[in-house]
Amino acid sequence: MSSELRELYQEVILDHSKRPRNFRELPAATGRAEGYNPLCGDRATVYVELEGDRVKDVSFKGAGCSISTASASMMTEALKGKTRAEADALFDRFHRRAAENVAPELGKLAAFSGVCEFPVRVKCASLPWHTLRSALEGEAARVSTEETEASRGDADGKTRPEGSS
Amino acid sequence: MSTSPDVRRETRPSSAVAIDVAAVRRDFPILSRQVHGRPLVYLDNAASSQKPRSVIEAERSLYEGYYANVHRGVHSLSMESTDAYEAGRVKAQAFLNAASTREIIFTRGTTEAINLVAATFGRSRVGAGDEVLVSGLEHHSNIVPWQMLCEEKGARLRSVPINDDGEVILEELERLLTPRTRILGMAHVSNALGTINPVAQIVEMAHARGVPVLLDGAQAAPHVAVDVQAMGCDFYAFSGHKIYGPSGIGVLYGKASLLEEMPPYQGGGDMILSVSFEKTTYNELPYKFEAGTPNIAGVVGLGAALDWVTGIGLDRIAAHEHALLEYGTARLLEIPGLRIIGTAREKAAVLSFVMDGVHPHDMGTVLDYEGVAVRTGHHCAQPVMERFGVPATTRASLAVYNTKQEIDVLVAGIEKAREMFA
Repeated sequence: MSSELRELYQEVILDHSKRPRNFRELPAATGRAEGYNPLCGDRATVYVELEGDRVKDVSFKGAGCSISTASASMMTEALKGKTRAEADALFDRFHRRAAENVAPELGKLAAFSGVCEFPVRVKCASLPWHTLRSALEGEAARVSTEETEASRGDADGKTRPEGSS
Repeated sequence: MSTSPDVRRETRPSSAVAIDVAAVRRDFPILSRQVHGRPLVYLDNAASSQKPRSVIEAERSLYEGYYANVHRGVHSLSMESTDAYEAGRVKAQAFLNAASTREIIFTRGTTEAINLVAATFGRSRVGAGDEVLVSGLEHHSNIVPWQMLCEEKGARLRSVPINDDGEVILEELERLLTPRTRILGMAHVSNALGTINPVAQIVEMAHARGVPVLLDGAQAAPHVAVDVQAMGCDFYAFSGHKIYGPSGIGVLYGKASLLEEMPPYQGGGDMILSVSFEKTTYNELPYKFEAGTPNIAGVVGLGAALDWVTGIGLDRIAAHEHALLEYGTARLLEIPGLRIIGTAREKAAVLSFVMDGVHPHDMGTVLDYEGVAVRTGHHCAQPVMERFGVPATTRASLAVYNTKQEIDVLVAGIEKAREMFA
């Protein structure tokens, strides 16, 4: 396998995509949001249970590629016990690492640095995080990778229109 | 042939001499390049096909030798360019077996051709409470223009369902052709599944109800012989870039009697005979529908592409691709957990599939590192994906220059992805 491909599909990513953690609904959720990438059909519903300002529990359900599934799985592991501000900061660092491969310490999430070599896959990695942000804000609306970028202007990698047939 | 129900004849020739694939491949400079250190295996032909040297040369010699604007000047270059441009129209007419060059309109592609018909013919024929009918197989480009028209007019867009093999259910078509139906839009060949529709029969059914038919030929023109008079369709559209020609050029065929009564699509130069601030007299067919300086190089390149295809022969191309399709289908079905989406009895060279445990995006990325270019996603046909309950598929679409060895590389790549993810 080529080194770039191995860099993208690191063991930890493959592991989380095959055996996603916190892959369940959360009956006690205080917030939930549904994320959707219309270009590839990836869907992720993220559930958050806040206790005060702190993430007591977080989980997800959905179907997607290995990158989006692993990203959601590792995101849920990284978030437990974090405050909302800490979660936001982590998202910023994650996003900069995945989209630009420049970021401070990320721990296990650094596994996603290989994604930046694959601009069309950056959205896969960031979909769960965008969805999480909505869940934390208690937004009921569905998150779409396309709308997200259009309205917030923080394009992941290169925004491309849908290709021909 | 006018009542013949299908185009099988063209896809299963028995007398054709097999093509020399090695020679064909030498015509395509890009096929010698590598991707990630592997020989390119280009299996994304339904999205766009590669260009033979003659097409590249035709554009180059235009720009280097005789380029000027068309239909304008009395100078030599303009006349030479006009001749080359109009020669492209004659080639398109012959390719489609249209009755006249007046029926050949150059557009940016199939999408613009359908939009042209929706915006002119559709707008003048469709009113509140009317119905526009399409099929469940359509590419978004044969859905959205009609949807926009229906929204504007208060009309209703209806679609003919497809069966589990990806074939249009003709009994449903019969039922959905109502006295309110103003036009039927139908793919000749499905881009997502490869289904070849029995278009002559479909046109006959629609005409029996007085419903005109537009056929989306984007995926058909490169693979099956097209005869608009034999099919009897009222409009036919195809794109240059899928038939080994340039991007940004396409053809709309329309019956002259219909084109005559249609209002122009866009206003501007070339589409007028005379202009004053009081009144403009529109130009004759086909120029009425070609406002502005056209895609001159595109038409010249398209002409070269049609020459190239005709030189090989669509019957031989279809035979070659059909053999590859059968081989590819058999090889793919050997792979555990793989399911082919689109199993129509009459099928062009499209292998759309899903695989347990491997998302199409991951499949596409792994295959890319094997040098294999495939399309992954919904193929601009989300209703088709919904019909089969899949968010996306991986699609390998074949062309005249593909080989069995390339299918083997694809299969090996799929196996590699399966080992990684499943």
